[in-house]
Amino acid sequence: MLQKQVPMFICFLMGLLLFFQFYIPASWSQNFYNTILRWILGISSFAIVLGVVSLIRHHLRKIRKKEDLPYSITLIFSIFATTLIGFIGGIKSGTLFDKIFNYIQIPLQSSMFAILAFYMASAAYRAFRARNVEATLLLLSAFVVMIGVIGIGDLIHPFVPSFAQWILDVPNLAAKRGIAIGVGLGIIATSIKIILGIERNWLGR
Amino acid sequence: MKFLEYLAKIDRRIIYLILVISIIIPLIKPLNLPVGTSHPVKSLFDFIEKQPEGAVILLSVDYDASVYPECHPMARAIARHVLSKNLRLICLTLNPAGTGLALEIITQIPNEYNKKYGEDYVFLGFRPDITATILGLGEDIRKIFPYDYFGNKTDTLKIFKDVKNYDNIALVVSISGSALPVSWIYLARGRYGQDIAAGVTAVMAADYYPYLRTGQFVGLLGGMKGAAEYEKLINKKELATSGMDAISISHILIIIFVIIGNIGYIFVLKRRKK
Repeated sequence: MLQKQVPMFICFLMGLLLFFQFYIPASWSQNFYNTILRWILGISSFAIVLGVVSLIRHHLRKIRKKEDLPYSITLIFSIFATTLIGFIGGIKSGTLFDKIFNYIQIPLQSSMFAILAFYMASAAYRAFRARNVEATLLLLSAFVVMIGVIGIGDLIHPFVPSFAQWILDVPNLAAKRGIAIGVGLGIIATSIKIILGIERNWLGR
Repeated sequence: MKFLEYLAKIDRRIIYLILVISIIIPLIKPLNLPVGTSHPVKSLFDFIEKQPEGAVILLSVDYDASVYPECHPMARAIARHVLSKNLRLICLTLNPAGTGLALEIITQIPNEYNKKYGEDYVFLGFRPDITATILGLGEDIRKIFPYDYFGNKTDTLKIFKDVKNYDNIALVVSISGSALPVSWIYLARGRYGQDIAAGVTAVMAADYYPYLRTGQFVGLLGGMKGAAEYEKLINKKELATSGMDAISISHILIIIFVIIGNIGYIFVLKRRKK
């Protein structure tokens, strides 16, 4: 009972206080706001610790069950090894910690993202079909934007990059703005629901 | 006829192979294709260009290594522009994996211009909560970052003698592979009226145009093309310019594949109708 009611009450109280604080320019209101910001930073730091502990526990459980064993062992080893190296040798430029980041993490993460280019090329070839008028329009505008944003667009005709920019500035903008307004209204509605305790998913149940 | 039918079902391994070749060749032997200058990139360049000497630019390295090829050249080019104009640079990151990337910028680029740490530039490191950090910077930077990345007390650093919060910062540039630049708009622009610019990956650039047109962003760099344009503007061609040829060729290749696929598709469709 208390596990549910207390967090909901704190959420309701803080939601209302910070809402009204925004409209009160007095110094005590500003001090309250600054204190809350420092509290949030402190709590967020705990969240990181909680996240790391939860990740380690999850993978230790998997190791015990011998589930995806090599991946879990690699993760646990990497977490402890880099942390230890960071604590012992420091994290400044040129240290072993920095070298691990530059020569292992950057190439690995960049390669993962680079693989996307191949999937995109293959998927575009397979899925981008002029099946109807809408799909044909989408196809043509994609061609114009793709040619317009690369150097060859300028070589073909100066109009091509301008037209590509127009597609981004006008039709793209109209659609995105509609979505953004919808999302904004959704955020307001969800915030009110959370403050009033109607939306309770954040309680984890 | 069999050939036309084959066009609709080329093996994906052949596509991969042709793509690999088309990316590698321009990287080995650059074609030096022209790079124009788009309005969003020029706007950001002009904004920094017109700042008086000593003005402060905050560079937020909000990306991780996965988007390094697109975002890192942007951050390097902007840092270079800021320091070459004798402006002051405050660097921080809201992405835990961004510290190493920001560190690389901060340890290399200021040396090119003989800049002094703590006076001309500073690296504040990472703070966990995006909302509290962005809002806190609007109140007092030294309270949110009592120490810089290297453990120096920010109170003792010369750069913070006349820099307290957004009132003393001319521009915030958030380079990101996620939706973080929008958080800067909601929180720093919305509450404190701070000027913001962004550098994002090419696939995300279209999402940010609404903010650009309303003036909430003073400029926008989209993908490697945006970075290459900026490198051209500051007259220091680097990582992005060298990668642009490969990007251009791969784009053309994708267009050719889509056209080929559609020729095959139309042929197969007509034959089915008969």
